[in-house]
Amino acid sequence: MTALLSILVLVFITVAIWQMVKIFDLTQAGKVDANNQIANDTDNRINGYLMIGFLIFIYVITIICFVKYGDLPLMSNSASEHGPGIDRLMIISMVVIFFVQTVTQFLLHYFAYKYKGEKGKKALFFADNNKLEAIWTIIPVIVLAGLIIQGLFTWTNIMNVDKGNDPLVVELYAQQFNWKARYAGSDNTLGKANVRLIDIDRANILGVDEADPNAQDDIITTELHLPVGRPVLFKMRSQDVLHSAYMPHFRAQMNCVPGMITQFSFTPTKTTEEMRQTPDIQDKVNNINNIRIEKSKDLMAKGEDALERYEFDYLLLCNKICGKSHYNMQMKIIVETQEEYEAWLKTQKEFKNSLVSIQ
Amino acid sequence: MAAHVEEAHAHDDHGHHHKETFITKYIFSQDHKMIAKQYLITGIIMGIIGIAMSLLMRMQIAWPEQPNVIFKALLGKWAPEGVMDADIYLALVTIHGTIMVFFVLTAGLSGTFSNLLIPLQIGARDMASGFLNMVSYWLFFLSSVIMVSSFFVEAGPAAAGWTIYPPLSALPMAQGGSGLGMTLWLISMAIFIASSLLGSLNYVVTVINLRTKGMSMTRLPLTIWAFFVTAIIGVISFPVLLSAALLLIMDRSFGTSFFLSDIFIQGEVLHYQGGSPVLFEHLFWFLGHPEVYIVLLPALGITSEIIATNSRKPIFGYRAMVASILAIAFLSTIVWGHHMFISGMNPFLGSVFTFTTLLIAIPSAVKAFNYITTLWKGNLQMNPGMLFSIGLVSTFITGGLTGIILGDSALDINVHDTYFVVAHFHLVMGISALYGLFAGVYHWFPKMFGRMMNKKLGYVHFWVTAVCAYGVFFPMHFIGMAGLPRRYYTNTNFPLFDDLASVNVVITVFALIGAAFQIVFLYNFFSSIFYGKKATQNPWKSNTMEWTTPVEHIHGNWPGQIPHVHRWAYDYSNPYHEEDFVPQNVPMKDGEKELQH
Repeated sequence: MTALLSILVLVFITVAIWQMVKIFDLTQAGKVDANNQIANDTDNRINGYLMIGFLIFIYVITIICFVKYGDLPLMSNSASEHGPGIDRLMIISMVVIFFVQTVTQFLLHYFAYKYKGEKGKKALFFADNNKLEAIWTIIPVIVLAGLIIQGLFTWTNIMNVDKGNDPLVVELYAQQFNWKARYAGSDNTLGKANVRLIDIDRANILGVDEADPNAQDDIITTELHLPVGRPVLFKMRSQDVLHSAYMPHFRAQMNCVPGMITQFSFTPTKTTEEMRQTPDIQDKVNNINNIRIEKSKDLMAKGEDALERYEFDYLLLCNKICGKSHYNMQMKIIVETQEEYEAWLKTQKEFKNSLVSIQ
Repeated sequence: MAAHVEEAHAHDDHGHHHKETFITKYIFSQDHKMIAKQYLITGIIMGIIGIAMSLLMRMQIAWPEQPNVIFKALLGKWAPEGVMDADIYLALVTIHGTIMVFFVLTAGLSGTFSNLLIPLQIGARDMASGFLNMVSYWLFFLSSVIMVSSFFVEAGPAAAGWTIYPPLSALPMAQGGSGLGMTLWLISMAIFIASSLLGSLNYVVTVINLRTKGMSMTRLPLTIWAFFVTAIIGVISFPVLLSAALLLIMDRSFGTSFFLSDIFIQGEVLHYQGGSPVLFEHLFWFLGHPEVYIVLLPALGITSEIIATNSRKPIFGYRAMVASILAIAFLSTIVWGHHMFISGMNPFLGSVFTFTTLLIAIPSAVKAFNYITTLWKGNLQMNPGMLFSIGLVSTFITGGLTGIILGDSALDINVHDTYFVVAHFHLVMGISALYGLFAGVYHWFPKMFGRMMNKKLGYVHFWVTAVCAYGVFFPMHFIGMAGLPRRYYTNTNFPLFDDLASVNVVITVFALIGAAFQIVFLYNFFSSIFYGKKATQNPWKSNTMEWTTPVEHIHGNWPGQIPHVHRWAYDYSNPYHEEDFVPQNVPMKDGEKELQH
């Protein structure tokens, strides 16, 4: 039925267009070059003005987007040591882009308006100019050279893991559709692991080598707690398909690849509590809660439960398509002081104690 | 040599004329003009399917998990009670991407205009091999049918994203769509690649061998340069995807471990050992990135031609335009790693690929500035094709600029796989190439069907599309910068993103309006085939050779001898001549010198 109705609607739209075109053609009947489908001076003029209109539209939509959605959550307020470096580079790039975009769109649409065709006019025969070509080859070269150099420094700085400063080693373990974290324990060395060692009956869910002495004090958790100010070296594994560990507030992301161990390192600089106190986040949270209150009203009218109040937390998201529940593969990250972190860690079970023995 | 071929062809032509049946003329045609039309119409049908899928996704994102009669009508068992299923959402993501990239913007765009324009613009009777050309189309048709039919298999079509990264695509246990659906996807793509290779080889051979007397490489219109270089990139890169697909088939069906290792899924350890998904990513993107330019370059070629003709001015910097096409083509084969900065490959490679990637901005900038300079002091004829060409330059700039961010490995860490990427590539290759396709259709419709399209409807089509395209993809950058990952069935599990829900509604509304107005184009296209105003021989007063052929199509293109070429394609408003255009077959006047372009 719905399909039939949809088809009917399409048919009516087609008929409507047909009739409108016909009416339009009839009104044009007396005019010279009526029904000529090649642009004439009137068309050129109207479309020329529309080009200016469109230029204004592009500028307006840019301004609206920047004002309304451009609190640019990923360009300020980063929570890791390398974050401000990325943010700075991002802002420099955005300024360059914004400038080039404004100027070139202006030239394009303004010329389209200014030089709209008139009958009998002849265009300027201007086929080549080496100087101009050189200018717009060399200027992008210079600008890009700057961006490339800055980018490469930032990248190398992030990706070079400095083992010398005693990073906290944590394994991020991905599976359809959840995350686990494995802490290296007091020896700060992760025990060997392979999915072939997984033994569900013994609750060895990550395939940690039970015979490896380094593994005994490992701690497996479902929340990621990090002490503030200490470098963390993440070792990523996946047991089934590709996943990607995306931690937007820390400007961190790395794929988890079955069959290999990938890594990423950063130093958290703000505890969850400190982050909640920053004005940007408070604005964002208030805004979100207002939206949720509005939504809850609708839900309660329908007899459903209201939404919970939102409180800010750092998140780890899966950012590589991984199957049906990809959209809900997340883990909470809590950044806290060294003492809080240690206290929490003590409440977690060590690997050797977490195994279930089967008789 | 060329003259000899021409005589042989002309002779041949007399022998076979008027013997065509319905089947040889319309179905198994070996005439490049008919094959071009077949490509175009198949491409349009695939385009309708692809765009309809994107609308279903947009409605799901804007109004997540809401019952929707349209879902119920179109998705059937995939939308119980009208609520879209999460599996089918990923299938839509996958098939939308595949159809738009390969079936619409590769075959629909390149297949149509390479076939139509290469013989006509270089002065050839037909393609080098009419038979291979026919086979190429029918393989494309077959692969289209297989791809669409995958929607009717029990567990659904492929749903691992158009990049089909293993292990997700390799293991039916990982995802329903990775069973028969993925098998069909792989078969369809293997046939598609065969079709594309036959087509590309034909284009390359034709351009090299069948140019008419006087048509030197430096007199070729930029359209032909673009098609020629595109075909070369296709021949270089498509076989790599074929090899990746074959190896994936081996892994899926014959137990090899090219891409798989150490997998534990659904309670069991699989035997695979020693392979790497990263290898697949390398193979995939070795095609995948050049593919962007396979899609884009023909559109840029078409635009160059249309902007010059409608500006009544030579294209500015012909040599620089050719050089930038070649530079883009070369660079396109050494930048694939920028899709893999965070794939786990060596960070040093990330540095290398950042460098090569950002270099592409240079020839791209040259092209954009040359277009703008071509408009300067022109006498712009605002035909619908011209509007879409200007639109292309606009979206090419907007979309291309954000490539500076994504190509920079340090910045990519944070926006990788977010909606920022979606906005970027839809503008720079999706919308731009689509505009190129529309521009080409409006401009060469008189050549294809001997009739004109309605310009008023063309204007309505362009302006609504232009506004909606920006309305959809401009705000999308911002939700990407807010960290929203793409390919999420719903964002409601993340209160963090609740403030972006309203933006998603705005985007969807723009998408629905924009898509609805494509009906204007469809109406205009199909009704003009039959009822459009009869076209004159050279309606746009263009210089290129296709407009010297008669309006009525004949086998062999020109009655009698093929005209010789005496000048480049861009003698518009040449001060030596009274008219503001001088077709390529007009001999040089006394004292007139060819421009040293």
